[in-house]
Amino acid sequence: MRNILSRRGLFFVGLLLFAYVTPATAETARVTIDNFAFTPAVLQVKAGTVVTFLNRDDIPHSVVSEGGAFRSRALDTDESFTFTFAKAGEFPYFCGLHPHMKAKIVVVP
Amino acid sequence: MADSDDRPDTGRRAVLECMAWAGGGLVWTMAGGIPASRLIGAAHAATETGFSFVQISDSHIGFSKPANPDARGTLKTAIGEIAQLPEKPRFLIHTGDISHLSKPKEFDDADQIIGMAKLDVHYVPGEHDVIDEGNGKAYLERYGKAAHGAGWYSFDQAGVHFIGLVNVVDLKSGGLGNLGAEQLAWLAADLKDRSASQPIVIFSHIPLWLVYEAWGWGTKDGAQALSLLSRFGSVTVLNGHIHQLMQKVEGHLTFHTTMSTAFPQPAPGTAPSPGPKLVPADKLRSFLGLSSLTVTHGKERLAIVDRTLAAG
Ligand SMILES: [Cu+2]
Repeated sequence: MRNILSRRGLFFVGLLLFAYVTPATAETARVTIDNFAFTPAVLQVKAGTVVTFLNRDDIPHSVVSEGGAFRSRALDTDESFTFTFAKAGEFPYFCGLHPHMKAKIVVVP
Repeated sequence: MADSDDRPDTGRRAVLECMAWAGGGLVWTMAGGIPASRLIGAAHAATETGFSFVQISDSHIGFSKPANPDARGTLKTAIGEIAQLPEKPRFLIHTGDISHLSKPKEFDDADQIIGMAKLDVHYVPGEHDVIDEGNGKAYLERYGKAAHGAGWYSFDQAGVHFIGLVNVVDLKSGGLGNLGAEQLAWLAADLKDRSASQPIVIFSHIPLWLVYEAWGWGTKDGAQALSLLSRFGSVTVLNGHIHQLMQKVEGHLTFHTTMSTAFPQPAPGTAPSPGPKLVPADKLRSFLGLSSLTVTHGKERLAIVDRTLAAG
């Protein structure tokens, strides 16, 4: 029994490593939503970075690009939205439910 | 518990702020722009030549966070309160955020609970009602079949013209609620041939007047809608969204927001964000409520009674 568990555990560790290592070229970054605000308000990342937006409020929010580059569905508590910023440029965005919530991703080459 | 049910406590006093409390309800009568409060009993006597209706709002069915783990239960209480009113209302107005996440089950449960009132219900959507995959398609299919655009419409009841507006779709960055050019054009046409002496009741989810810009509590082009109403002698503007009572009178316009049936929100600027306000569980119902409005023919202003859910 213990043997099966540990073997299964090893398998999962292997899976995790595989998942982690494979996109080694892609950097990751995170924006959190607390108290009706995106943090950080301005995030600078390198082109190709995978940015995760995580809602930690007890009210749903969404992530909507002003230029139409990306748009999440409504994120309930602890739900997240992920977008890969492939191209350099400035990407201002806001919450589609509470549009006074504004922030920006700055992508550098 | 029984004691807190029939006596005003500090929590309830805080909610009602500048209003005088009068045993379970309060009536605003307006004369010359000066509000004065009267007992419910007096209001009842004055309604022989009019009718009343009820506004509920922000039921947020599906919400289950600490600010109110049972939004279905408190909506049931609110619907139960309607049966206790001294005068049977002709219909209900729901000023949006029926659901929390626009899920079919949330709308189903809301319909089932609100249906217990056995009254017609006139809805407008809140921003929480238009976050389905189709950006409001689910709301329109259920509540807006006879409506225009994103769900706006008007109807008449005993000489009073009611207008339901939608200011929660296609919101723009940095902004407030939004009506849009198409809806404003429809409103202008809807009002064009009406007599200025016809009383108007206009309702939408987000306040049409600017309550607090930093939290987005207002409507960007709300002033344009209000200017179309400036020639009318009696205009009552009813909103939800801010989960608390607020009222002001400007000339012939009376602005009123009602309480949520689900959870309270902080007064403008008194918290880091407009998120749900956590109050002690045994005080919650004194922060929730509904409004009963009475039209009396020949009187410029509607009488508005705000009841908390702790009143019953
Ligand atoms: Cu938001």
